Amino acid sequence: MRRTTDIEHLLNPLLQTSAVELLAISPPGWGANLLRGLTNSIQIAVGAFGLGLAIGIAGVWGKLYGSPVVRDLMEIYTTFVRAVPELVLILLLYYAGTDLINRALEQFGYATVDISGLAAGIGVLGIVQGAYATEVIRGAILAIPQGQIEAARAYGMPPGKMLRRITLPAMLPFAIPGLANLWLIATKDTALLAVVGFNELTQETRQAGATTKAYFTFFVAAGVLYLLLTLFSNVIIGRIERWARRGMPPIAETGR
Amino acid sequence: MSATTPFAAVSAARSEWLQPHRIVLIAIAAALVLSAAIFMRWDWLPKYYDLALLGIWRTIWILAVTVTLGFMLAVPLGLAQAAGPFWLAWPAKAFCTVIRGTPLLLQLWLLYYGLGSLFPQYPWIRQSELWPILRQAWPYAVVALTLSYAAYEGEVMRGAFAGVPRGQLEAARAFGMSPWKRFRRIWLPQAIHRALPTLAGETVLQLKATPLVATITVIDIYAVASRVRQDTFIVYEPLLLLALIYLIITGILVFGFRKLEAKIPSRLG
Repeated sequence: MRRTTDIEHLLNPLLQTSAVELLAISPPGWGANLLRGLTNSIQIAVGAFGLGLAIGIAGVWGKLYGSPVVRDLMEIYTTFVRAVPELVLILLLYYAGTDLINRALEQFGYATVDISGLAAGIGVLGIVQGAYATEVIRGAILAIPQGQIEAARAYGMPPGKMLRRITLPAMLPFAIPGLANLWLIATKDTALLAVVGFNELTQETRQAGATTKAYFTFFVAAGVLYLLLTLFSNVIIGRIERWARRGMPPIAETGR
Repeated sequence: MSATTPFAAVSAARSEWLQPHRIVLIAIAAALVLSAAIFMRWDWLPKYYDLALLGIWRTIWILAVTVTLGFMLAVPLGLAQAAGPFWLAWPAKAFCTVIRGTPLLLQLWLLYYGLGSLFPQYPWIRQSELWPILRQAWPYAVVALTLSYAAYEGEVMRGAFAGVPRGQLEAARAFGMSPWKRFRRIWLPQAIHRALPTLAGETVLQLKATPLVATITVIDIYAVASRVRQDTFIVYEPLLLLALIYLIITGILVFGFRKLEAKIPSRLG
């Protein structure tokens, strides 16, 4: 009993530094706000990545098997999105998207809606991710040995079944490094939504910093949270990659 | 690798660039641009013309400076990770992981708001001759973007240095070249050649990161567009023009790098 109090006595000056108080979870501290921002960020990242994956698969379908017009339109989409800064796209899609939806609703006689920051953020980042996902998945599908697809055709598989049974599983090991990179980009791109005022981690951090003037402490804390998210993701990605590459010869260099 | 029959057919068709449907698409695009020019509001343009030029210049300036400085940092970072002793490799790897694991916007704000609020508390910094520079925003922008580029490119250079065939370096040693000469004549040029395609991509990504500096009051082209929006309440026109400007700069960058790649003989041992 006495021993613990001794230690507490020794650590007290350290524990009472302002950083610890500021980052406490309970109300005088801002820890809860940061964690709320982090959950918002993760929600957007998951949503945007999922939407991007869906757009990516559709985009690949258009690029590889679509008509010439569809192919050209997809090319324009991926080129445009990859050449224009995310920040500009976010503003463009955010304003234009909400505006267009509200105008369409007015046309059909519905009341206008306030589109939630979460939905807008997911939509905007999803469209950005979709362009990159298209390129990643396209490269992966092109890397599948042609004989596998020909064999599937020779077995008389319809296109849907071929996609489900052959193309998707066979392309996965080639696509996962690129997709993993995209996921990491998604988690970091959520910070850009701070510019349109959405309460994700970076914005919450700035608010906490602006209120308490302890900018340095808060930004370092947020950086640690982002870093933990990245490192945690890396562990999961490593597992997924091992699962997707099961039965394949190991790669000599871990060149990811 | 790409000897895939259906896609080979695609690429053969691609060689004939101007197909009927393309002409229709180009006509539609031209009509869209024309209607945008006629029906949208561009009367604000003359008033902000000078400011926009200044903004474009500043964007390009920041891009050029941070890419140059960042690359100069990336070479030792890559070398330390590829061939350095652990007490050099480990910090370099940690630096790359931390910078690549956190958003650039956060790093920028950490430097500008965080360090910017710490510096005035030290009298000796305030009295130093650097203070007039440290009070401005652009040094923080340059430092943040440089570190970011260095970390991403350092990772690329690590792979490039490690990928140079061992025989080349052994041959250089057999010729009696000093370590520095070996590095300057054999290792670095081949590593840069290997990294060049990725370098182009990273530089485009860096261009796309430059508008972030507008959030710490540096007036680049993005900030000019934001100011037009705030002053005149015109939303779409400045943003569309901004997107076009970035498209053009990206196009020039990609074209320039392609020329550069073509200039270097690609036959390597």
